Amino acid sequence: MSIAANPGQTGARGRWLAGSAVALYALIAMIPLFWIFATGFKSPPDSIAYPPKVFFEPTLEGYVNLFTSRSRQTDEYIKTLGPPKTWYEEIARSRNMVITGPSRFVDRYWNSVVIGFGSTFLAVFLGTLAAYAFSRFKVPLKDDLLFFILSTRMMPPIAVAIPIFLMYRELGLSDTKAGMILLYTAVNLSLSVWLLKGFVDEIPREYEEAAVVDGYTRLQAFRKVVLPQMRAGIAATAIFCLIFAWNEYAFALLLTSGHAQTAPPFIPIIIGEGGLDWPAVAAGTTLFLLPVVVFTVLLRNQLLRGITFGAVRK
Amino acid sequence: MAEASLAAVTKRFGETIAVDDVDLTIANGEFIVLLGPTGAGKTTLLRLIAGLETPDSGTVAIGGGDVTSLAPAMRDVAFVFQQYSLYPHYTVFENLAFPLRAPGRRMGEQAIRKRVSEIAEMLRIGHKLKNKATQLSGGEMQRVSIGRALVREPNVFLMDEPLSSLDAKLREDLRVELKRIQRDLGATIVYVTHDQLEAMTLADRIGILDRGRLVQVDEPRTIYERPATVYAAQRLGSPQINLLPAGRLGLTPGSASAITAGVRPEDVEVGTPGGFDARVIAVERRGAEMIALLEVDGGQQVHALLDAHRPVGEGASLQVAVRPGAPVWFDREQHLVNT
Ligand SMILES: Nc1ncnc2c1ncn2[C@@H]1O[C@H](COP(=O)(O)OP(=O)(O)OP(=O)(O)O)[C@@H](O)[C@H]1O
Ligand SMILES: [Mg+2]
Repeated sequence: MSIAANPGQTGARGRWLAGSAVALYALIAMIPLFWIFATGFKSPPDSIAYPPKVFFEPTLEGYVNLFTSRSRQTDEYIKTLGPPKTWYEEIARSRNMVITGPSRFVDRYWNSVVIGFGSTFLAVFLGTLAAYAFSRFKVPLKDDLLFFILSTRMMPPIAVAIPIFLMYRELGLSDTKAGMILLYTAVNLSLSVWLLKGFVDEIPREYEEAAVVDGYTRLQAFRKVVLPQMRAGIAATAIFCLIFAWNEYAFALLLTSGHAQTAPPFIPIIIGEGGLDWPAVAAGTTLFLLPVVVFTVLLRNQLLRGITFGAVRK
Repeated sequence: MAEASLAAVTKRFGETIAVDDVDLTIANGEFIVLLGPTGAGKTTLLRLIAGLETPDSGTVAIGGGDVTSLAPAMRDVAFVFQQYSLYPHYTVFENLAFPLRAPGRRMGEQAIRKRVSEIAEMLRIGHKLKNKATQLSGGEMQRVSIGRALVREPNVFLMDEPLSSLDAKLREDLRVELKRIQRDLGATIVYVTHDQLEAMTLADRIGILDRGRLVQVDEPRTIYERPATVYAAQRLGSPQINLLPAGRLGLTPGSASAITAGVRPEDVEVGTPGGFDARVIAVERRGAEMIALLEVDGGQQVHALLDAHRPVGEGASLQVAVRPGAPVWFDREQHLVNT
């Protein structure tokens, strides 16, 4: 099992050129991300300064604003409160603000985590079992079923938004985490079954047969022999599923509000609250990006192998 | 160890009849080699014994009991697969220990370690135990596969071309080793190969498969000397047996139904006075011996196996004769005619 070597070993010069091109591209692609990251640490005036400031005094004001609700007060009133007890109160006071409580960001973020990872887990779990069954068992109408599963992808999911909205309302699934997990799982399952089936197909049956002859049950053989060899595929599939569920905006906007709202529809709301608070938006965006980055980095080694999709790996 | 038997077993895959009405009894402690060209049904036959395929008709028995509908795990056989039997995500040690860790076996870690290192030493892979299975050469992988079967003491060993990807030297070593192990353990082995030399040297009995049919099961010597059919005759011996129509080279059948004579190349004698005129078309030297392709009366070609020091060169003319009593005779259906 090795990653296909660089086809046609080019010389050191060629590799240097290719390396520089990739580095340059990566740099350009990362500028907006870096800008968002930096803006999260700017003060509101710095964030809208013209010409834009590359060097600035970092502050946590954006993050404080992201995590709190504040109200503007007069100097006189603030003086009556006594000195600020915490560093974040101090930051708020400096803008004539008083912290009135936590913002809803943490809730929304937590919703995103539960719904994103929950639906990813379910889609990959069910997808693995279905892929194994489709690959190994005689399933009646197998080809038709597989085509049907794929066909659910052919239409943009949002085309069924209204029927789903109506059904969810009837079923009491609107604005619930369970409803969103169910929905994202359903959308991701087709991708997950198809991707994973490719990976299972590649694992020779002889492996399981050898285990079965050696005295293991089919399920044990699956767990001890098939599953470990599917790691790469599972990692790749999980990342794709998570990215979809994590970024999904339209359904989240339509189906959630007070309770199960995820971060994507929430972040624009920050913009609306009390003027254009760009540092808070940037702070929210930075935090929003983190889980997918961390997840991808954690699964990076698996992913590199998995991403070759069916290229022969022995 | 135990005996195993197949009774009237047939297995079809769609239109293909992979195994066709096979009866075979493998005695306890017997080494049976199945020989046949690709697609003859050798692997399928092993899979039927292991329970990885269910016969369309007929029964399979192991140790006297009918196991036809028993799951593979319950049959207690060991299978060395033609390819892909090592788990790439495990080390060599874990691969070898895998069968011993099966749920029904309940062997202690200490005992497992001891058994695995014994087998690894025997197969000379002791120094590779910590390697991942993917970090082995083809020959080492094959030895680990064999080792995985040998760690257990199953009813029957089923081996599907276990030596096929080894170099000649290692093949020979392992062949000898395997035969020794089999004798020591008194193991019952069904062994599949394409290689007639392996078949001749390993087998107590050889089974010849032809498109799913078992055409002959006998001791190697018997099959070589009295092949049941032309097909069986052609499976053993290199170069292949010469087939000559009655009357050629003065061959006269002992019975009216005999129409084709089978003559082994070593039974073709060259340079005997009073023989038939022949011309040497090609010569292939194999070290101690040489093979001469001869053309006799009317374009009939005959292979002769000769000593390497015979002064025979291409284009030479010489006299050939068949050693008296050597030919075997076949009838119109290509079956052996008893004489
Ligand atoms: N699972 C299967 N589905 C369909 N046909 C099969 C299957 N397994 C085997 N066959 C067919 O059955 C016949 C016998 O196959 P088998 O694998 O037993 O041959 P073999 O003697 O082991 O050949 P080789 O020496 O190439 O390994 C072949 O014609 C093969 O195509
Ligand atoms: Mg085979």
